[in-house]
Order: sequence, then structure tokens, then C-alpha cells
Amino acid sequence: MTKLLEINDLTVRFSGKRTVHAINNVSLSMEQGETLALLGESGSGKSVTLKALLGLLPPKRSSVEGSIHVNGTDVLSLSGKALQRYRGAEVSMVFQEPALALDPVYTVGHQIAESVMRHKGVSKADALSTALDMLDRVRIPSANRRLHSYPHELSGGMRQRVMIALALACRPRLLLADEPTTALDATVQIQILLLLRELQKEFGMGVIFVTHDIGVAVEISERVAVMYAGQIVEEGTTREIIRDGRHPYTQGLLAANLHDVARGARLNAIPGAPPALEVKPDACPFAPRCSHVMPACRAALPPMVTTEGRRRVACLHADAVVAAE
Amino acid sequence: MSVTETYAPSADTGGPGQPLLIVRDLQKHFPVSGGLLGRTQAKVQAVDRVSFSVKKGETLGIVGESGCGKSTTAKLLIGLTEKDRGEIIFDGHALGERLSLKDLRRGVQMVFQDSYATLNPRLTILDSVAFGAQVQGLADPKCLARKMMDRVGLDPNRFAHRYPHELSGGQRQRVNIARALAMSPRLVVLDEAVSALDKSVEAQVLNLLGDLRAEFGLTYIFISHDLNVVRFISDRILVMYLGEVVEVAPVDSIWAEQAHPYTRSLFSAMPSMDPDDRTKEPPLVGDPPNPINPPKGCRFHTRCRFAAEACKTKVPKLAGLSGNADHLVACHLHDAASGHPKAGQGVPA
Amino acid sequence: MALTDTTGGQAVEPAPIEKPQGYWSGVGARLVRDPLTMICAGVVLALILAAVFAPLLGLADPYKGSMIARLKPLGTEGHILGTDEQGRDMLARLIYGGRLTLFIGLMPVVLAFFIGSALGITAGYVGGLTNTIIMRTVDVFFAFPSVLLAIAISGALGAGIVNSLVSLTIVFIPPITRVAEAVTSGVRALDYIDAARATGANAWTVIRVHVIGNVLSPIFVYATSLTSVCMILAAGLSFLGIGVRPPEPEWGLMLNTLRSAIYVNPWLSALPGVMIFITSLCLNLLSDGLRSAMNVRD
Repeated sequence: MTKLLEINDLTVRFSGKRTVHAINNVSLSMEQGETLALLGESGSGKSVTLKALLGLLPPKRSSVEGSIHVNGTDVLSLSGKALQRYRGAEVSMVFQEPALALDPVYTVGHQIAESVMRHKGVSKADALSTALDMLDRVRIPSANRRLHSYPHELSGGMRQRVMIALALACRPRLLLADEPTTALDATVQIQILLLLRELQKEFGMGVIFVTHDIGVAVEISERVAVMYAGQIVEEGTTREIIRDGRHPYTQGLLAANLHDVARGARLNAIPGAPPALEVKPDACPFAPRCSHVMPACRAALPPMVTTEGRRRVACLHADAVVAAE
Repeated sequence: MSVTETYAPSADTGGPGQPLLIVRDLQKHFPVSGGLLGRTQAKVQAVDRVSFSVKKGETLGIVGESGCGKSTTAKLLIGLTEKDRGEIIFDGHALGERLSLKDLRRGVQMVFQDSYATLNPRLTILDSVAFGAQVQGLADPKCLARKMMDRVGLDPNRFAHRYPHELSGGQRQRVNIARALAMSPRLVVLDEAVSALDKSVEAQVLNLLGDLRAEFGLTYIFISHDLNVVRFISDRILVMYLGEVVEVAPVDSIWAEQAHPYTRSLFSAMPSMDPDDRTKEPPLVGDPPNPINPPKGCRFHTRCRFAAEACKTKVPKLAGLSGNADHLVACHLHDAASGHPKAGQGVPA
Repeated sequence: MALTDTTGGQAVEPAPIEKPQGYWSGVGARLVRDPLTMICAGVVLALILAAVFAPLLGLADPYKGSMIARLKPLGTEGHILGTDEQGRDMLARLIYGGRLTLFIGLMPVVLAFFIGSALGITAGYVGGLTNTIIMRTVDVFFAFPSVLLAIAISGALGAGIVNSLVSLTIVFIPPITRVAEAVTSGVRALDYIDAARATGANAWTVIRVHVIGNVLSPIFVYATSLTSVCMILAAGLSFLGIGVRPPEPEWGLMLNTLRSAIYVNPWLSALPGVMIFITSLCLNLLSDGLRSAMNVRD
């Protein structure tokens, strides 16, 4: 079976007033039906990766190198009709702010049906019944009535459910979720996370879930890729990352989560701030903030070390840690 | 001369035994106007019957979801929103009687969530930090501002003449903290002050807040939706739901036992950090109700698993748990005389 | 050690001492680097200087006509821009005409800018009943078309330059007040105003330090865009005999009196219009340039 996703050496640079090397040589692969969390802070390149996957990068201001294949389709070569078919049918996206992503002047049923009609070429009645079915599947109570609601008549959690229904209506093979629970309340966030988990099982699609919250990543994903300064610095199963994060940045993030930290104790905070990425990093981008930094870290980019299976770390210390065990 | 020596808070009046801040029966309803003539059609009951006190040197954490009234409470405390009813007593002096609004604002300062929106884009960092000290007529505000910038970790030589947009989120939040502290307040209200920051920067700012609290003897009211953060920094936690206080307790006590069903749901909604023990079932269904027309009786009864007839009609009173008087809860399950079938038994497991 | 732990991202690079740069010097520096705006500023300045120092330029008498030399085309010897329908030198009339046109075109907007900003900022910041009273009054004036309003007020006050000045000022106060109120209530809702109020500052201090700087540039840009309308309105008033009166040179009036010559010598009759066009274009571009220079974010 073909891989669901195969990203090779993806490099994205934005030019304009300032040049930003947003993504630098990112490689990533996913099997069918896998759930991957892209974990990182603002500016780490996680959202840009999603945009590249959907072919949403502004063509005039960005230059993209490398390759992206989804189910064997070369995404970067798509354009026009083919790109439109690919978006929605093959890959679709759930955004952080459903209030902004849904059209305020159409009912939610109309919006879902419209997308189904466009991609599947079915009649309006069939599309509406699909829409109703989708609202049921995302556990919206009295879906029949909600079909005729406008987005503003729904609560934040309900809107996000509608957004998910819209994204899944055409049965994409890959769902991209860009911090879909960040704007929600805690008690609503957990509902949406569990819903996405169930729907993933039900539909069998692959999910890339972008988040800055390790706890959310644990709840949703089987695998985690940690991004920093436009690179993947570590990847592994969620268990491996949580129990045995090897990259000093991953370890810092875990410590900063404050789970089980003694009250009032001094936090082991990562000093400083991420680099601005105006030039392409030619050394470990984390070196200026790292407490284990060695001269070699500043001399060249650390190689990506694959330890066992699909576990990999971009750190010169990765081997040392492995050896010590 | 160090910053500690120039820090000049207003004098302590009641001694360490007197709470720094007492809030009694605070209420704020916002009118919702509409229609042709702009008449008031409904009222958002943002804050209702809120009472609590903060001891000197203590940090009180306030948690709750959007619409629970935690930010409105913060704005009421500092007089940015006018209260409908209730008393605010700062170190023994009631606001509006022996304490003017200007004096209150000298003693209580606030740090907001959005570090960018809270800074005037046309003022340099130095001017922003010095503004409050200037207004309050403190001696040499610019020099004071530089010292405070230095103290929060912003080199004044590098940052004094920059504009807010040239700084990172973490640096801007340091500016906001410096601005609040430049007025030598005794109480600082931190309204989601670290929520918008990246995790690694959040940890730095939390460390800074801890240091400043120790150095200047500050008292904090720390508002956040992140229970882990609140637990880390607070001594006591106050939980709000739809404008009301449902539970107040020392951190360890509430972490050991969440006495209110809502608090319990809020705690179990925290994402698990254990990949082998992920959350199996969401603790609550649906979104929080609209504060425009909150449910009668106990406002949580529409989502509560243990709701009985009494909960729909009777408003529960905030009272100490039997055996732990410091742990206050507003729930009929804990009140033997409430009329709830399981009254006095506490929340079932 | 505890101290270095709490520094945010500064420990990494050394700290060069930065020279303080004031807000206005920054605006000036950005303006100088913008060639288009500098050209427009130059043109406007040249027009103003030429109008002010017109008697020193050795021009022909703008009032002296000649029945023989009427409507001479452009490039005629002695009259480089030709002559008008009474044989008066066009170049002299255009430059002298700049005096009145620029004065009547700019002055009402300047006055309305100050009055309207004051009203709008007050209404927007204070809100409530004050806002209602100011804005509803303004709405009443706003309900009339500006030309009609100007004619009505001028008609009531009588003809003359001062009266048209007053009437035009009254015409431009409502739109400027509206814009000022809208931007002020937008700024008023921002957190930094709350933060400033939380220091205990009184309303005037908050407005002076935090509001004015942030609302003035959009109001200013809007007001500059009104100057061209104002020049045209002033011309209209002159045409109706309730503004500037012949034989005073004024571009709008000249446009009107030359309109019958459009079939005889179209280039000539277009000249006052070209002057109005160049002036208002330059003013508009200048205001755009100012807007981006006044934006510290770039």
C-alpha cells in the first residue's frame, strides 16, 4: 500500500520585506490511518507545513523546494481543477477559529451539502442527506434542526463540530487540524478531542494535528513530531516522546508543561527565544538556548539520527543518550 | 541604588492579620440593548454575589471557562468597569469611602492577557513604563522605569526607545509587568497574563513573577484557564461558573478533593499526560450556557449529573466543608439542610 | 544566577546602546525616503510659495484685459499660457488664483479638522449621553447634500470670502466628526486605554497621551482628501455669485467663466481644471505618504 504522506526535504522560504526561512529540509512520512501531532511553538513552521500540504502558500511570496506526495499524488505539481479536487476530497482542514472559517450567510447544512455536491457530483437532496448524516456523526443534538442554523446561532463547540463535519463530508484520506481546540474552553476541548479520536477510528483517515499543547497531543495522537525553527527535531510514538524525550528542546517543553511540578518551585525554563530565521540555520538552531551545547553544535547542522524503527532525533547528544542507557 | 530600595508601596495599615483585599457581594450586569430604540432587552449577568478575600502576601488563583466572569471581576477590582453593587475593601479602606479610585489604582495594578493590545503602539517602551509613575506623581519616573525594566530582564539601553511591535510576546509581557510594578502596587491582578505566551517563554515569565513576588512582597490575583499554571503559582484557588463563585480552597485541599461537581469536571477535562491512560469520556456534555439568561437555582444544575429538584429552585450558599472550614463550596450536596435527596453526603464518586 | 534566569532572550547577544529617536524625527526620516511623497510635497509647496510671492515673480497684471488679445492659445508670445476670455494673462491669473483657491480650499478643512476632531474625540471617548448629543446633531447636518448645505449657509450669511469660509467649514465639520468619533471609539475599546486608565490617569491625560496620537493620522488623512472637494465647492459658490466674485482670479471661477470657450480653445479652458487636478492629486498622494510615514509599525 502506498504511504499516505511522504514529505521529502521540504524547504519553504518567504520573501518580501523580510526573508523568513520558515521550513528547512523537513522530511516526514505517514502510514494510512495514522494520527500524528505536530508539536511546536509559534513560528516553528507547523502551520506553514499544513499550508504547503494544501497548496495554500502564496505563490508570489514563497519559494518551495522538495516534494510532497499524498497517496502517491505529487501535491506541489497540482494546479487549477486538480488542486481543487485534491483539496476537500483527498485532504481537508479544520481551522482554529470556526467562526472565521464558516460562511456567515449560509446555513451549515447548505455549506456541507455544497461541498459534497462539488466533489461528489451528487444531487442536492442526496448532498443534504449526507450533510444530515455528518451532523449526526459529529454528535450534534437534534441535527435535523441544526441543518438549518446559521453559524452565529451555534456555540463555539457546536461550530467546531460543524467544521469537522464539513471537513469529513467528502471522506478525505488525510485530515489536517490546525489547533482546532485552542480557542475552546477546557470542558469543550476534551469533547472535541475525543470526538476526533472516535471519528478517526470510524473513517480510518490519517490525521495531522497541529498543537502547541503536549497534553492535547497525548490525547489525540499515536505519533508526535516536535518542530523547532522550521525543522523537525524529534519524532517518535507519543509514548516515546513523553516518557523519553531525547532532544533538549522536547525535554524543555515537557518541563514547561508544569504537570506535577512542585508549587512555587523554580521552573527549569528554557532561556531566550526562538531564532528569527532570517538566514537559513547552518548550525543547530537550538544551540543558543541549549544547556548541553557543545562547540560541534554551533559548527554544523546536527544530523538526524534514527535510533530504532521510526524514532529519530536531530541532536548530537542523541547517540550519547542512547549509549548511556 | 537597587530597585528594591526605590519600591515605595503605600503604607500597610491593618497589620499582617488584615486581608489586603476583601470583596463583598460584588455584582455586575451588562445591559444588552437592541431593537429600534436601543432599549435594554436582557442583561448579561457577568458577575453575581461574588465575595472573597485575599490575604497579604498570598496568591489567589481564579479559574473558570469563558463567560464565567473572571475577567469582569478583575476589571471591577481595579475600577475599569463600574460595579452595580458590592464592596471593595483594600487594606481596611472601602472604595468610595476612605479610598479614592486613584489611590486604589496606586495600590492595585493589572497585567492583561494580550501583551500587544495593552501597549500604546505609538509610545516607546520607556514612555509606556513611565506613564503610570508620571501620573501618580512619583519622583523621576523615567529613572524608575529604567530600573524596573532592568529588573524584569529588559536591558533599558537596548529596549527603552523601541516600540511594542519590535518586541517578542514574552518581552512585551515583561514590559507590561514592569509598567504595573513601576507604580509600586501591593496587589497585582494578572488576567491570563501568561496564557498567550509559548510554553517555554511562559515558564520564564512564571519564574520572574515568583521572584518579583518575593522581592517586593507582592500579593497576586492570578486569573487563568490553565489549572496546571494556577496550581503552580497559587496558594488558594477560586473557581467561578457563570458569574458565581462555586468553590474556594487552598491548592492542596482542592487538588485532593474537588468538592463541587463543576470543579471536578473542570479537573477531569485537563488533558492526560499519560499516553497509556488517556481520557475515556468527556466529563461534561455541551458548552457552558449563555450568561444572558443563566439557569435559576444552582447555575450548574443544567449540566450536573447529581442535580435534584432543590438545585433548580434554591441558590446554594458558599460554606465551609465539615472538617475543613478553609475549603468553601456552594453545592447542595454538602449542605445537610438543602433538601437535596443526598444532602450532606458530599459529591458521589 | 537568579537574575540571568529571568532574562528573556537577551542573554544571547550583546547589548548595543541604542540611540533614542523621537516619534516625529522617525516620521521625518521615513518621509524623506519616499520619493513620490517628497515630489508631491514639493509641488504643493511650490504652488503655495508661488501664490504667496506672486507679486515678486514679475508676472503680467492678472486684472488687465485686452479686447484684441482674447482667448490666445498656449504658447502665444508674451502670454506663455495664453489669455482668457477678456484677454488677461492666464499664467498670472493661475498663479494669483492660487492665493484664493488654496486659501478657500484649505482653510475650511483645517478649521473643520480641529473642530471636528475635538468633537469626535470627545464623543468617542466619553460615550453615553455626550456621544448621543454630539453625534445626533452632526447627523442632522449630515443629512443634507454638502453642496446644498454650503449654498444654504452662504445664502443666509450673504456673499463674500469670509462667509464662504464659514459655510464651508460648517459643511466639513460633520464628516470629520464622524470619522473622528469612529476611530476614537475603536481606540477607546483597546486594552492599552484600559491599562492607562488603571494607572489612575484622568480622562484628559489619557486622551492626550494615548488617544490623540493614535486617532489623528486617520482623521488627518481623511481631512486632506476633503481639500479637493472643498476647492470644487468653493468654485461652485463663486459661480452662483455667493463666493468669490469676478474679477478676482480663482481657479473654480475661472473654470466656470472659461467653460464657454471650450469649443474655441479647449486646452486653455482646461488649464484651471488641470491646476485643481494637480493640487488635489498631490494633496491626496501626500496624505497617503504621511499615513504610511506616521505608521510606526513598518
